[in-house]
Amino acid sequence: MTVPVLTILALLPIVAGAVVMFLKGATARYFGLAVSLVTFVVGLAAFLAASRGTDLSEKHQWISSIGAWYALSSDPLSMTMVLLTVALVPVVLGAEWRIGRTGDAWAGGADTGDSPQLPGSIFFGLALMLEGLAIYCFVAADVLLFYLFFEATLLPMYFLISGWGGARRRAAALKFLIYSLVGGLIMLVAVIGLGVHSGASGHTTFLLADLVRMNFDGAIGRYLFIGFFIAFAIKAPMVPVHTWLPDAAEQATPGSSVLLVGILDKIGTFGMLRLCLGLFPQASAWATPVVLALAVISILWGAVMAATSHHLMRLVSYTSVSHFGFMVLGIFAVTTPSITGSIFYMFNHGFATAALFLVLGFLVRRRGSADIKDFGGVQAGAPVLAGLFLVSGLATLGLPGTSSFASEFLVLAGAWGRHPVYVAVATIGMVGAAVYVLRAYRRTMTGPIDEGTPPVRTDLGGREKFVLAPLIIVLLVFGFFPKPMLDVIEPAARATMSQLNMTDPQPVVKEGVK
Amino acid sequence: MISALLTAGSTASPIPLELPVPLEITAPKLEYGILAPLMIMMVAACLSVLVEAFVPRQSRRPVQIGLTLVALVAALIGTLNSWSGASYQLAAQQTLALDAPSYATWALLLIFSIGVVVLFAERNGSTETAFVASASSVPGSATEREATAAHQEQTEVYPLMLFSVFGMMMFAASNELIVMFVALEIFSLPLYLLCGLGRRRRLISQEAALKYFLLGALSSAVFLYGVALLYGASGSFELASIDSAMTAQPGSSRIALAGMGLVCVGLLFKVGAVPFHTWVPDVYTGAPSPVTAFMSVATKIAGVVAMVRVLYVGLGALRWDWQPLVAVLAVATMAVGCLVGLVQTDMKRLLAYSSIAHAGFMLVGIAGAYTVQTGMTQGSSGSFSSVMVYLIGYGLATIGMFVIIMMVRKSGGESNEIASWAGLGRRHPWLGAVVTLFMLSFAGIPLTFGFIGKLLVLTAGWRGGWAWLSLLGVLFSAVAAFFYLRVVAVVFFRSPGPAAEAVEVSPISTGSWLVLVICALATLGLGLYPQPLIDVFDHAATFLR
Repeated sequence: MTVPVLTILALLPIVAGAVVMFLKGATARYFGLAVSLVTFVVGLAAFLAASRGTDLSEKHQWISSIGAWYALSSDPLSMTMVLLTVALVPVVLGAEWRIGRTGDAWAGGADTGDSPQLPGSIFFGLALMLEGLAIYCFVAADVLLFYLFFEATLLPMYFLISGWGGARRRAAALKFLIYSLVGGLIMLVAVIGLGVHSGASGHTTFLLADLVRMNFDGAIGRYLFIGFFIAFAIKAPMVPVHTWLPDAAEQATPGSSVLLVGILDKIGTFGMLRLCLGLFPQASAWATPVVLALAVISILWGAVMAATSHHLMRLVSYTSVSHFGFMVLGIFAVTTPSITGSIFYMFNHGFATAALFLVLGFLVRRRGSADIKDFGGVQAGAPVLAGLFLVSGLATLGLPGTSSFASEFLVLAGAWGRHPVYVAVATIGMVGAAVYVLRAYRRTMTGPIDEGTPPVRTDLGGREKFVLAPLIIVLLVFGFFPKPMLDVIEPAARATMSQLNMTDPQPVVKEGVK
Repeated sequence: MISALLTAGSTASPIPLELPVPLEITAPKLEYGILAPLMIMMVAACLSVLVEAFVPRQSRRPVQIGLTLVALVAALIGTLNSWSGASYQLAAQQTLALDAPSYATWALLLIFSIGVVVLFAERNGSTETAFVASASSVPGSATEREATAAHQEQTEVYPLMLFSVFGMMMFAASNELIVMFVALEIFSLPLYLLCGLGRRRRLISQEAALKYFLLGALSSAVFLYGVALLYGASGSFELASIDSAMTAQPGSSRIALAGMGLVCVGLLFKVGAVPFHTWVPDVYTGAPSPVTAFMSVATKIAGVVAMVRVLYVGLGALRWDWQPLVAVLAVATMAVGCLVGLVQTDMKRLLAYSSIAHAGFMLVGIAGAYTVQTGMTQGSSGSFSSVMVYLIGYGLATIGMFVIIMMVRKSGGESNEIASWAGLGRRHPWLGAVVTLFMLSFAGIPLTFGFIGKLLVLTAGWRGGWAWLSLLGVLFSAVAAFFYLRVVAVVFFRSPGPAAEAVEVSPISTGSWLVLVICALATLGLGLYPQPLIDVFDHAATFLR
């Protein structure tokens, strides 16, 4: 009997998370961190095994009368996302080590009389549960199973946002919930429709492997595509349905934001690749112009909003809107390099954003404000903090030598062959990234020392450095040596291409042009 | 017999009506074996009345509770026995269809009733149940105070409940409209009474009872008129004969359509569908909580099954006429339930609108009419099994929620204001978690049984060719999700105001704990692995004609 590695990997944090919630104080924190580290080890082992070709997939009949399967797959795309998930959660737990304790005030309000913060053990428990649910999302090989966990992730996230953070966190959490629920239910319609129409040609099934062989052509395919796409566009988030993200990121603690942007939002782009492109190739081709336009608008709008943002956390969230635009561009350009680039981007955007959110979070916690105006000359008082901000900022803007560069370049180069105009416009977004990152750096870290209260004099402590180190290492290592990761990811992109019957555009050499 | 006489009369022959000579009365043939669950319930109810008359006051309570539980369990065993033996037939002179849907409904009714009896007996750590000490005393009078001081207890609630369950079982199984009407009255009258027996806020409780009685009586009359019209159109009370008469007619006659409409009014009233829903919020709020739990689950089950039976079996030929009607009402019901539910501040009222909204979702499945007759592939989930699964999910969450409603108290009485539940989840994490679970199940969020039910019902609607209806269903479930999740937010994230009197969680009996735990575990467990249960109902979806 084979060991159900993926099930164990997903269930371990869910069950442990439930246990952690009923523990108290330090016990809860140490136990939670230990579980997240064990999950990381298991996840890494599973990733390595799968990348060497071991098939970890599981398949059991689940609800036979509607054709739903408990099917998990360990293909490269899934496992890349799983690796991202299991790697980020321990970092988040480490960064939020003091959460829920008195004195852990988050910018602008913590313990407002109306709703006090929840205890820290609940945060650890919810984060672990979220991790397990997200892993399920990434490895699900059945549409209904995927949907189930897609929706189920909302609740821990809702609690994570509304339990800890700024004074208006409950409103932000509600906005997140409204957007996500509406998106999820639109997707439910598409899921039901998918089931009904799969039944039209024989037995109802939700199994991905069966569904990709069916043809959902014509109008019905388009409707179903739209249903899925809207849900994923809200999740990813793309302009114009991105407005919940800046609010959530502003009010939530940095740790929650990392979980939200680094992991949960990836389900959006992951879903586009897996379900929208995978199940509805024709409808995808039909919708490509609109989707690409939205992607490019997201890239530019995100950059503009980030450049004009006064709130550090909003700034980071807008950079993400811009970056998700790049991912979508890569996915819907449908070439091997662009899809490879997108998947790689999904992977290292998680680390880059996490580094940025956390380092800024440490900064904001020191000052008790997240307004750029309140900072200045931090460099002098806290050089390590400033340096790490610079490194993670440069990684975010895609400086060569950081992993974001490799992925952004692949996306743009791959998409160029098919959609040169979109790529040309999107490149402006890269310039914009340099503007918003460097501007934020200049205004907070350099210049005269701001003697606001309390002054930011203390540099990063041991725990904070220890938390950020792995993120920075990952960004730099994969920046200089992206090959090991790309070797894993490229087969996933190839598989998608062959599934879609698409070939890469060949470079055209026009003869006679001098 | 009756129909023969009436037919003879309507031919208006000049020859005076001759009685058959010699006059013989044949005893009706009764299938005692498979009718046993019904008989047990009726006999137990009668015995229970005798207990009231002959057993001394202080020992009535244990005797009544014991008798009721024994009767329910015995009837359940009988039902399961007949069901597993597949002894399906039209019994009692073809007036009762003892088929798989009937047995399934009986089983559900009896199981949920066992849970409700525990709530009936719940004393919340004091000596007082949710029922009035002496129903006949005038509210606020000296007699009432004396009765309360003497710790009297109105143990008549148990026979009333037994009669009601008996009526519901008959209602869901009746194959003839007259029997259906009688059953309707049998289960309604005790309910009217039960509603008026609240211990606290007695006048509101009595007002609720009166309101329920008046509207209920009106709807019964309308139902009866519909029955008469259907008889006029088809010449029979039997569902199968009505169906064959309708099939034989070219087109649908106006009388038949009018009859169909009026019968539907009666049934929709019991289900609590718009526009016959106005009684639901007031009655649910006014009635004692155990009775509300009983009504919202058991009445709903009986009403929905009877409605499906009448529509699918009796009026199957008029499907094209009633489907649009049911579809429109489904939309209206979902809309009213979800939208008005958004602004409720009282827990029981919220559950009342929730129950209306859920009726709407079930109507989506019913409107789909996705059955073997309409081209369903055998072995997949059709309208009936989907609705049954939905009812179970709804029932589990409702009963569980009512246990909690009875637990959360303030100065001796229940505290139903949602705002007063603020911060409850912080002080009692387990309770908060369970409330969250039930609310998620109501909202149809995945990993709970409520989601499975919703998925099945909406799928059935879509498969039956009503894709737009399913679409609207999803839309409204998004709206509904908010009022459920609002409760979760209040329980966890709002702190009680300084002026607010602190609510406390009162102790409850082991039985109630057991009910709560079973409801919670089933909601979660069946949400994760529903297949065995779905299978059971997929195989119990064939109506006997």
